[in-house]
Amino acid sequence: MATQSPKSLNVRRWSLLNSVLMFACLTVAIILGDTPAAYTLPIHKVTAIPAFARKYGLPCSACHTAWPKLNNFGMTFRDNGYQLMNDRDSPIYQNPSYFPITMRITPNWHLEHNTNQPVDATPGNPATTGSSGVTTHGFDLSGIDLWTAGTLYNNISFSLLPSSDENASFHFENAFVRFDNLKGSSWFNFKFGKFELNNLISEKRFLFLSANGGSYQSYHFVPPGDTNDFGMGDNQIGVELMGHSKNDYTRYSVSVLSPNDGNVDFLSAFGTPSGRTYDTYLTFDQAFEVGSLGIQRIGAYAYIGERPTYYQTSGGTDLYGIGNKPFYRVGFTGDLYFGKLNIMPFYMHGHDNVFLGNGVASNLPSALPSGAQSPTWNAGFVEFGYYQTPQLVIIGRYEAIRMQQQANPANPSNYGNIDAYAVGFRWYPIMFSRAGLALHTEYAITKNIGIAPLSGTGGPPASGSFTDAVWSSSFMVGFDFDF
Amino acid sequence: MRKLASAIASMLPVVVLLFFTTASPCYAQIDHHLTPVNTSAEAKIDGLTGHASGEQQGGLMLYRRFCVGCHGPAGDGTGENALWIDPKPRDFTLAVFKCRSTPTGTLPTDDDLYKSVTRGFDTTNMPAWRPLTDQQRANLVAAVKSFSPRWLNEKAGTPITIPAETPINIESVLRGRALFQKMECWKCHGPAGHGDGPSASTLTDSKDNPIRPYNFSTGTRFKCGETNHDLYQIFMTGLDGTPMPSFADSLKPEDAWDLVHFLRTLQPLNTQEASLWKAYAAAHKSEIKPIGPDAGSGGSK
Repeated sequence: MATQSPKSLNVRRWSLLNSVLMFACLTVAIILGDTPAAYTLPIHKVTAIPAFARKYGLPCSACHTAWPKLNNFGMTFRDNGYQLMNDRDSPIYQNPSYFPITMRITPNWHLEHNTNQPVDATPGNPATTGSSGVTTHGFDLSGIDLWTAGTLYNNISFSLLPSSDENASFHFENAFVRFDNLKGSSWFNFKFGKFELNNLISEKRFLFLSANGGSYQSYHFVPPGDTNDFGMGDNQIGVELMGHSKNDYTRYSVSVLSPNDGNVDFLSAFGTPSGRTYDTYLTFDQAFEVGSLGIQRIGAYAYIGERPTYYQTSGGTDLYGIGNKPFYRVGFTGDLYFGKLNIMPFYMHGHDNVFLGNGVASNLPSALPSGAQSPTWNAGFVEFGYYQTPQLVIIGRYEAIRMQQQANPANPSNYGNIDAYAVGFRWYPIMFSRAGLALHTEYAITKNIGIAPLSGTGGPPASGSFTDAVWSSSFMVGFDFDF
Repeated sequence: MRKLASAIASMLPVVVLLFFTTASPCYAQIDHHLTPVNTSAEAKIDGLTGHASGEQQGGLMLYRRFCVGCHGPAGDGTGENALWIDPKPRDFTLAVFKCRSTPTGTLPTDDDLYKSVTRGFDTTNMPAWRPLTDQQRANLVAAVKSFSPRWLNEKAGTPITIPAETPINIESVLRGRALFQKMECWKCHGPAGHGDGPSASTLTDSKDNPIRPYNFSTGTRFKCGETNHDLYQIFMTGLDGTPMPSFADSLKPEDAWDLVHFLRTLQPLNTQEASLWKAYAAAHKSEIKPIGPDAGSGGSK
């Protein structure tokens, strides 16, 4: 273990002080910026228009509890195929200069800290490896979303979302066409392409952005050593039949999807050939009114799929996946309102086949470790948002994943367990029908046992011990804007 | 201490920059100060069990979230989007409403407003707010009523009585067609109900904004509902604030029902009236006179 000199400790303290000062200055600036005196300053209204707000003249808050999270009106609009159903949805009613595109990016300052990381005690000399916490911080950019969506005609809608990482490496986050209200019924809508699964709690529309808080652990978890690439938070490729009641209180969906986690060219998320099977995703949710508390919604889901365990080859080159073995994710979820308080509980039970869980080809059963079994786990979170006003929301989440059954019984029972916490607030100085700007502040911390954190900003424990935890934390403050 | 001062000094440009960048757009936010004139408005909605009263404060919070962009902080229809919207948003300060069950010139009932909020207005920017809860919509009605002093001094009109619908048959459709000619409905709505009559381009609403007559051939719903009952009510109450008058004094109830049955044939819907008319028109093509100025005022068959 590398020891630290008093000087290095002073440097760290100074670095921490500097970080605190930076945050304090940012906060003071924001508070000052909202003083009444500010109203006397020159007014420069944003002239750009977010796509749907421009089309329909509704403020962001009409469809979003706080953008990008949808309220029930926004869900209805989306489920109608981005239509208000007022006989003005077809683009033929729009000014020809209207172009339904929006972009979103978040310039930010963030700090990342990971404990128990392998560090060369003498920089540049890998022979002196020790264990230490690693902290990085500075100004940064998020990726950018360039989203265009809308209607091609009455009851024919589309979405195309080229999305980049922070280095402007683009991919298609979604691309689909949807035939809405088939046979004149809102119960039949058919979608074709790459799209977000009909998750009641959307990871694409939640209010967390930091490296550790910006994804649901439950949506992406696979046990250590598992070769399944499925992530429920990832957009998938396939078809979806979806239906809903007029007020969207009752919703269902049935999806048939390629077994490659939404990747293209018949490749899996690992870049290996995908199988030739199809996955199925089923959802149902029901909303009901509880007096003045608002709309409460509960739902259930089941994802059933298969993944290959080895490949048909040609000259040693993998052609396509075979030896497919099953997995499933089932659970229930809710979106509950108590006046200004929104609580979203989520539960999942996960199960992968023993060959997937141990990363062993199904034609080589002898390679399975002694006593090998199908890994199972339980995951869940409770997320809350307190909407003080439509322009100020306080957010928080606790998430836990607990292994129920290890694929290799030799592993400790808690191998792969995760605890994650996130808190923050979003303040929207601009939230109207032309553009949106939010000051986003968030702190998130994740405890991973035996595995690298989902944030990707830290590795497995330096000790190599199964049971050592890595605490991975993020602090972020930035301006999230939608244009 | 010197380091601290240095750090603060280095942050000064950031503070100044953020002050100006965050300050200037503050005006363009939805944090409007609403200016209701009636501070005790409430709404009693029939048929809502357990929570029949719409509450103003809750309604104004919802108004700020959903409505202020078009209808404005004062409810006068001058929200930030009003400039781009056609037809223009309703001016709640005048308390003049199209869709009522009450006679022309009177205030609507709370149920009328509740139905308007729920149903929205076809071919306008006003969506159906059905995804909101019953209570939320009732609260919004209270908020709408808070913007006009009329609600302080006047009571809502008494809903008109709608008699039982007369039988739907081809005779009724033909009588309605003759009335459409005689009452000169075609001058605004056009001979085929396309909203393209000779007077159509000259029409304005009570605030002098251009307004188009209803086009029966595209809309599947009327401004104030979609049933025969709703259409009858439109004739007899008129659409206040628009050139569409009330025919309560000039149409007998049975005549109004005939007109309802004929207008149903102009819509792109598979209604009973449309089927009857289609069959009749196929069999009596040569006998049918066109609607319009050449048909005279004596009616057309």
